[in-house]
Amino acid sequence: MGWLTRSKPQGTPGGPEDRTAGEAGRKVRIPEGLWIKCTVCRQIVYRKEVERAGKVCPKCNYHFPITVEERIEQLSDPGTFEEFAGDIEPVDPLHFVDSHRYPDRIKSAQKKTGLKEAVRIGDCLISARPAVLGVFSFDFMGGSMGSVVGEKVVRGVERALERRVPLVLVTSSGGARMQEGIFSLMQMARTSAAVGRLHEAGVPYISVLSDPTFGGVTASFAMLGDVIIAEPRSLIGFAGPRVIEQTIKQQLPEGFQRAEFLLTHGFLDMVVERGRLKETLALLMCLFSPGDRICSSALSEAGDGGG
Amino acid sequence: MTETKLKKNSKRNIPQQENKLSVWERLLLARSQERPTAMDFIQRLFTQFVELHGDRNFRDDPSILSGIASFEGKSVAIIGHQKGKSFKDRVTRNFGMSHPEGYRKALRIMRLAERFHMPIVSFVDTPGAYPGIEAEERGQVEAVARNIMEAFDVKVPIIVFVIGEGGSGGALAIGVGDRVYMLENAVYSVISPEACATILWGDSTRAPEAAERLQMTAPDLLRLGIIDGIVPEAEGGVHKDMNKTLSTMKALISETIESLSAKTPRELLDERYQKFQGMVAYRENARTHFPPASLLT
Repeated sequence: MGWLTRSKPQGTPGGPEDRTAGEAGRKVRIPEGLWIKCTVCRQIVYRKEVERAGKVCPKCNYHFPITVEERIEQLSDPGTFEEFAGDIEPVDPLHFVDSHRYPDRIKSAQKKTGLKEAVRIGDCLISARPAVLGVFSFDFMGGSMGSVVGEKVVRGVERALERRVPLVLVTSSGGARMQEGIFSLMQMARTSAAVGRLHEAGVPYISVLSDPTFGGVTASFAMLGDVIIAEPRSLIGFAGPRVIEQTIKQQLPEGFQRAEFLLTHGFLDMVVERGRLKETLALLMCLFSPGDRICSSALSEAGDGGG
Repeated sequence: MTETKLKKNSKRNIPQQENKLSVWERLLLARSQERPTAMDFIQRLFTQFVELHGDRNFRDDPSILSGIASFEGKSVAIIGHQKGKSFKDRVTRNFGMSHPEGYRKALRIMRLAERFHMPIVSFVDTPGAYPGIEAEERGQVEAVARNIMEAFDVKVPIIVFVIGEGGSGGALAIGVGDRVYMLENAVYSVISPEACATILWGDSTRAPEAAERLQMTAPDLLRLGIIDGIVPEAEGGVHKDMNKTLSTMKALISETIESLSAKTPRELLDERYQKFQGMVAYRENARTHFPPASLLT
């Protein structure tokens, strides 16, 4: 094992290729060496330091992609995550074949990720407050939304409604899963309709967008949170940058579709660094239900400590 | 004609047509410049159409038509994509590809319809939501998502006709309703076959193949449990003769309004919710969930 593991060279930060660094960075797992080279700033950083920060580059604040398990670990209190709807499996309603059969694509994604589908959802505690937490895996067929993902999001909503606890969904997705054709499109309707019921019941829904979140996922439940948070520099949008460039035959402006761009344009509430995500969620959850026992003490503590 | 009869008739009629037309040929018909646009249908189905403009926020998006009109003595609200006729008109209307303000205009009219107890008739005909810098800046994703969610809360009957192209999220943004019908040669898909072929094989010329695999025609979607019925077209397409298609549409609008008006708002919304919640295919504990359960083994 080398001391230095070089990740694939990327464009210079801020340069024209930088826009896609997030996408390419998805494929880069933090390697095993003691030192690693950051995907974005290309500086050599101590691996342990990156990991301590929740897989964030200490030099440039680049948020490396993390697995579903890592995300659950970072956000939920140890040992509290209890998955539900974990046995729902995809079928092949269109008998879809491209270069591979769709069921084979699913099998290889399952093997690659150790996950059954592109989202895991469960009950958990976030800083001692009960919540329903769902986390997407971009590694599982690009985090794409087919029937199973749609169903799990709907079940997550139903569970949050039934328990009257906040729903937190952390997305990273390329959009709809085209191998499921019209069924994947209809998941936009199913999930958005379900979120509508959450709104009606006054149960908080916090949507956390991570790099990248696109297409049918953004254009449905992900954009319907009571509060919408994104990780720094995450690419978020409807059409992917390449599609837009091809359509309009122009280079895209600097920072286009980044989290900070969406914040400026009014489509996000905040951009939150990974290291502060859990405390931000916990605070929001408390502000939404201040009467809660844990929350009343937490809120008054925060007040006492202020100033 | 009752709705059930119509479905059966459509099923009977389609196989003969299917032998004549490939999926790709249907798609070309759906996209044809000769094909009647939403405005052509609106003028022939309703009287006294008054077009209403603007989202009250940013601008009027000409790729979406909206307004109120009279249908058999009742007032109805109308929304629809408008592709345009002449080349100039098509450019002005951005070929039926809407910006966020278009969807927001449609939502405004849906809420207006609700306030005045008018049923809504929607005409879907779009290649998709426009992928551009300004569309993203103004929140294309938010506009589409909001329309879909709010459509499940609009307490008047909604009837949707996919008249040409049902392009993905841009179609669904005005495509949620209590009844969804497709014209015989219309298509409805999560992605254009060109984009699908590019993603799958890096080759957009293989679009006809992708179109087959996506199962995007009216008979496909009826079989998959996504739509409620197929509106027949004249041989060679609805542009040859609109009469047959118009009379079926009139009958459907009339029947649907009558049958849905009897429902309480809660019943209407619950049924709309359940209808779409059924559009899913998965397996859980050895049980397969699929709209027409008999079709999957």
